[in-house]
Amino acid sequence: MKIAYYPGCTLKTDAKKFEDATIKLFKKFGIEMVELKKWYCCGTVYSLTKDNLMYRLAAIRNLIKAKEEGYDRLTTLCSVCYNTLKQANEMARNDKEAMDKINSFMNEEIDYDGSVEVIHPLEILNSMEDKIREKVKKPLNKKYASYYGCLLLRPKSIAIDEFENPKIMERMIEACGGKAVNFPLKNECCGSYTVVNDKQAVVERCYRIISNARRNGADAIITSCPLCHFNLNEIQEEVKKNYTTFSGLPVLYFSEIMLEALEE
Amino acid sequence: MEEVRIYIMGKEYKVPAGLTIMKAMEYAGYRYIRGSGCRAGFCGACATIYRKEGDYKLYADLACQKTVEDGMHLVQLPFSPANKAIYDIERVKADDKTILSFYPEIARCVSCNTCTKACPQELEVMDYIQASLRGDIKKTAELSFDCIQCGLCAIRCPAEIVHYHVAQLARRIYGKYVAPKSKHLEKRVREIEEGKYAKEIRELMNKSLEELRKMYNERDIEPGD
Repeated sequence: MKIAYYPGCTLKTDAKKFEDATIKLFKKFGIEMVELKKWYCCGTVYSLTKDNLMYRLAAIRNLIKAKEEGYDRLTTLCSVCYNTLKQANEMARNDKEAMDKINSFMNEEIDYDGSVEVIHPLEILNSMEDKIREKVKKPLNKKYASYYGCLLLRPKSIAIDEFENPKIMERMIEACGGKAVNFPLKNECCGSYTVVNDKQAVVERCYRIISNARRNGADAIITSCPLCHFNLNEIQEEVKKNYTTFSGLPVLYFSEIMLEALEE
Repeated sequence: MEEVRIYIMGKEYKVPAGLTIMKAMEYAGYRYIRGSGCRAGFCGACATIYRKEGDYKLYADLACQKTVEDGMHLVQLPFSPANKAIYDIERVKADDKTILSFYPEIARCVSCNTCTKACPQELEVMDYIQASLRGDIKKTAELSFDCIQCGLCAIRCPAEIVHYHVAQLARRIYGKYVAPKSKHLEKRVREIEEGKYAKEIRELMNKSLEELRKMYNERDIEPGD
């Protein structure tokens, strides 16, 4: 089976290992993630300014490319890309007036009506729990805290799971023979792009989130978001400078540990 | 003689049909002191914008290539103001953040595709800006290879990107650090430097104009069977 894959810029640079691991993971189940022939930056943040349609063009253009290549489903890994594409697609389905304007502006492209479905690879994995169990070769035998952040869950209309208490990644860990620890801060914000202009704010978030994971016995944190990964991973050194008793945790992508469990 | 009406900066002229915009402007009495170069579609000096009657679109073309149409309202863009990053190519690093660090404004691209629609070379301009945004130097260099730097993309861009300078940086980095080294070229340069062809060149240099002319006329245009 083939599924369309929109990488986004970060998956081609800083989060390349996330892309590699996920493509390999899906191959184990006979699913080929096929990169769109043409794709563009998703727009990075879904603008909450409803009437500035300029910020919708990038996302809609990507959905058009998926449609042009004959796909009715589009997957993407990065939480920011997922959120932006999914919310733009919701707009395409529900706001006809906005879409008329966008389609008329993008007159070199085919019209778009929201007919492509945006899904996250975790949603696909969630439906294959038994198959995953069967394929495990080296059970994980460690304790993991699943960190979702915000963008896979909010707003509620685009959430990949129950938005206050998601469990997909926990199910994946257990299916791969690991232990999923209770983690109350799993959907707290990591500080996101605030890291650019107020690093201290992210240091505080990072301290709270990682300490909470540690207190609950986690050996590592897993995530699906390159930006969360950056904030939780790279900022740990800064946290240590602020809190001398703080000790960090490894931060990994969910597909990295799953792949590890499935390989010889 | 069939004539068409064109409007140069708002003033109507009747010019013979079939002329290029550049020839038509000269026919109308204008003399180019800027905004004209090779007159063959290669130098990018004669960027022109125009509208047609009954059509809201703003078109862009090269004056030396585009034929006048009846009811064309046009003006020349003899120059595009554009900021250019200063760099020492010997010290530039070829990684995925290089282009973004010299031209951070590429991150303002909203994928409107206006640059692509403006390009008289029919390049996928937005696609190479997007490639540069994700650090793909090779793709930026390849997609922009036929750019003639007319400036129309940069003038139309709502994100105020100067596409052609971004592309030129990408091609320079690509040529110097990314593209495979051409072994046969290195070999040939070495042969030349070692004097492999020195004798032949000397012989040619010493020939009279008559002899050179004769040799030229008798040369093999296609290698003989």
